[in-house]
Amino acid sequence: MPADTDVPPLVEMRGITIAFPGVLALDHVDFFLRPGEVHSLMGENGAGKSTLIKALTGVYTIDSGSIHVAGDERSFETTADAQDAGISTVYQEVNLCANLSVGENVMLGHEPRGLAGIDWKAVHVEAAQHLASLGLDLDTRSTLSAHSIAIQQLVAIARAMVLDAKVLILDEPTSSLDRGEVEQLFSVIRDLRDKGVAILFVSHFLDQVYEISDRITVLRNGQLVGEHLIADLPRDALVTEMIGRELTDLAAIADAGDREIDRSGAPVLSAQGMGRKGVLEPADVSVYDGEVVGIAGLLGSGRTELVRLLYGADRADSGSLELDGEAARVHNPRQAMAQGMAFSSENRRAEGVVSDLTVAENMILGLQAQRGWLKPIPKAERDSIVSEYMTALGVRPSDPTIPIGNLSGGNQQKVLLARWLATAPELLILDEPTRGIDVGAKADIQRKVAELSEQGLSVIFISSELEEVLRLAQRVIVMRDRRQIGELDSSDVDLDGLIDYIANTQEGSVAK
Amino acid sequence: MKSLVKHRLFWPSAALVTLLVVNVVANPNFAKITVRDGQLYGALIDILRQSAPLMLVALGMTLVIATRGIDLSVGAVMAVSGAVALTIIDSPSSNPNSWGTVLIAILVAVLVALVLGAWNGFLVSVLGIQPIIATLVLMLAGRGAALLITDGFITTVNSDPLSFIASGYLLILPFAFFVWLAFVIIVGVIERRTALGMLTEAVGINPEASRLAGVRSRGIIWTAYIASGTLAGIAGIIYAANIKAADANAAGYLIELYAILAVVLGGTSLMGGKFSIAGTVIGVLTVQALDSTILFLGVPPAQSPVFFAVVVILVVLVQAPRVHRWGRSVAARFRGSNRGGKDDPPLEPAQPQKEVVR
Repeated sequence: MPADTDVPPLVEMRGITIAFPGVLALDHVDFFLRPGEVHSLMGENGAGKSTLIKALTGVYTIDSGSIHVAGDERSFETTADAQDAGISTVYQEVNLCANLSVGENVMLGHEPRGLAGIDWKAVHVEAAQHLASLGLDLDTRSTLSAHSIAIQQLVAIARAMVLDAKVLILDEPTSSLDRGEVEQLFSVIRDLRDKGVAILFVSHFLDQVYEISDRITVLRNGQLVGEHLIADLPRDALVTEMIGRELTDLAAIADAGDREIDRSGAPVLSAQGMGRKGVLEPADVSVYDGEVVGIAGLLGSGRTELVRLLYGADRADSGSLELDGEAARVHNPRQAMAQGMAFSSENRRAEGVVSDLTVAENMILGLQAQRGWLKPIPKAERDSIVSEYMTALGVRPSDPTIPIGNLSGGNQQKVLLARWLATAPELLILDEPTRGIDVGAKADIQRKVAELSEQGLSVIFISSELEEVLRLAQRVIVMRDRRQIGELDSSDVDLDGLIDYIANTQEGSVAK
Repeated sequence: MKSLVKHRLFWPSAALVTLLVVNVVANPNFAKITVRDGQLYGALIDILRQSAPLMLVALGMTLVIATRGIDLSVGAVMAVSGAVALTIIDSPSSNPNSWGTVLIAILVAVLVALVLGAWNGFLVSVLGIQPIIATLVLMLAGRGAALLITDGFITTVNSDPLSFIASGYLLILPFAFFVWLAFVIIVGVIERRTALGMLTEAVGINPEASRLAGVRSRGIIWTAYIASGTLAGIAGIIYAANIKAADANAAGYLIELYAILAVVLGGTSLMGGKFSIAGTVIGVLTVQALDSTILFLGVPPAQSPVFFAVVVILVVLVQAPRVHRWGRSVAARFRGSNRGGKDDPPLEPAQPQKEVVR
């Protein structure tokens, strides 16, 4: 029952702009949510999805633009303001009190009162009614944490109903649910939709988005790309909108992907059946001298999980690894580094920069860790490493003594690239090195990768921007739903072909 | 001038200097230093001498806090170390006035403290127990162990070499001052002339990024607790030497809290990461000066905890960035209203002020 565009929107967000230091997270984005529809918000990491949600739930205040709910202009300073306007959120991590009972959680703050304070009997009766309206029959006196995540999420939705939510935001609700639980959740969502609740749904599972949504809004790099009825947006068109086509002048490195690779010797890295239960189904990867292997797939497809297993950041529970033709064990990042690997995480802030340390200290951290604390890098050597990479990568501002936290995302990324290059790796794993950074820095980083691989460095390159992957990589591993679904020679496939492959190909089928 | 104010040690130093000035104004004798037999005496010299135990403990605490940890067991470790040392010196077979006996006693006691520190480090870095809980174990059990070692009595000794450690003089200044100065320098050199300091900060600021960068965070955290235990052991000996007794209940009582206070006053964040050894030295001297102030101004014992607390609150407020901002905006408003009273339109000065607040 797709919603009608003629229905006046319940939530109207117009010209929403939110800027963080150095980054425009949202740039004049319009978003409309109508009663009685399930509306999916799509976009890769850094597209601005979560920023938009946080603007709507009062976590962030907007720098410009307007938010109308049910016709009234609202300004959300706190999350309580948003709740007062009838907007409720159910997060991936359930934000309830796990140690309280189900009934207490549902009614928290709205407990019916009797003469002697809270009437606990009535609390549980009312809670049971709310749960029953969602088709749930639970013991309301049981502790919340005794239930599965799926049930906890449904309890969170019941709680939203107690708050009389007109708008329900579901942020990645299905990421830890199994198939049956997803069905149960979806039937509750459909029920609520039919009762006129406006539902904003965020998930990186394409199948689920197409199953539940009436409408899709796509964001990219903080900008609105488009709003479509589900029927008007085939999957490959969606993927294209999410990933975009970057029109930067990168002619100088355009042919890096077509370079011939000598694959006669032993691969620098060869992994067979590398996997971890519940995280990644076994995958095979090989990388040769001077080769760039791209990994393509949407967020959550397993691309990050795969390289983390290779690097020992997470422990694999199946598979074998050979480095330079010899069986090797990599159980932790130190061992990986000792064997010539380097890994730059996609999560720059949480897993990359050490924010209070200076640019110079961040650059030499990997090398210093390798040498051990007893052998401090002599000042002269340190200065020469730092100044070499400051120039080679064009880090701005060019003062290495300021804390890295003061740099823009793109420049932080350059410093991290320098950190890894300083360890002189044989294999460099870059997970989303160009995410959320400006076009100039993107080009700088790609150029450096192309140049280094030509000099013999092997690289595994992950990016949501498929054009980058095709431009740099000679081979592309394609992932979907935590599975390796194929491997392509990048000279045999163009952007549309790759998008089509990611969106539609069944496992084992051949690329066009 | 501006860069001086921005220096991270500016506000801690300002607090210390203010405290000293207040004392001198209240009683000029505070600054008086007399020379007797070529040795210096006076309230300021006493501060240098008496701060030795707290200085050593706070030094170790700084390293532990830098790793995002905390060591609550330092007081108990002091008690154990004092008990071990004095029991050895007091044993019937040894001569308490021989330097050999005393040195062996110190060595054994410090080794025991080192092992206790290593135990804390094991719990935190290998077993992953929260630091506050891990060190609480020893905080409670340590004093019990110290009581066992002294058979439940307060062991007293008369040992000249031991007394020298706490109250003797080297050249013109107290020996205890040289002890803490030596350890400040040793720790400073180890942390800042090797890469240990930087790696410790990296682990404290972002453990996951450090792990991915190949930093041996386990070893670094372990080292910090070992250092903390060892330094607390030395502090315990100085404390015992000062009172010529091993008092398992009183030795290092609440010193963990004073050490944390000193570290924070010195500008190291309890969130871990960036640490300043010079800052900790200033913090300890501030706490110690405050202690002397209470004695010197003759604050009655019943009121001294309240007095102490009030001054600590003032010192912390003086250092708080939010108070600085508030002070600036009040100053700006003051200037603004002065100007507004003359020629300028009254509303205009409010404009830049809003930006300051944001």
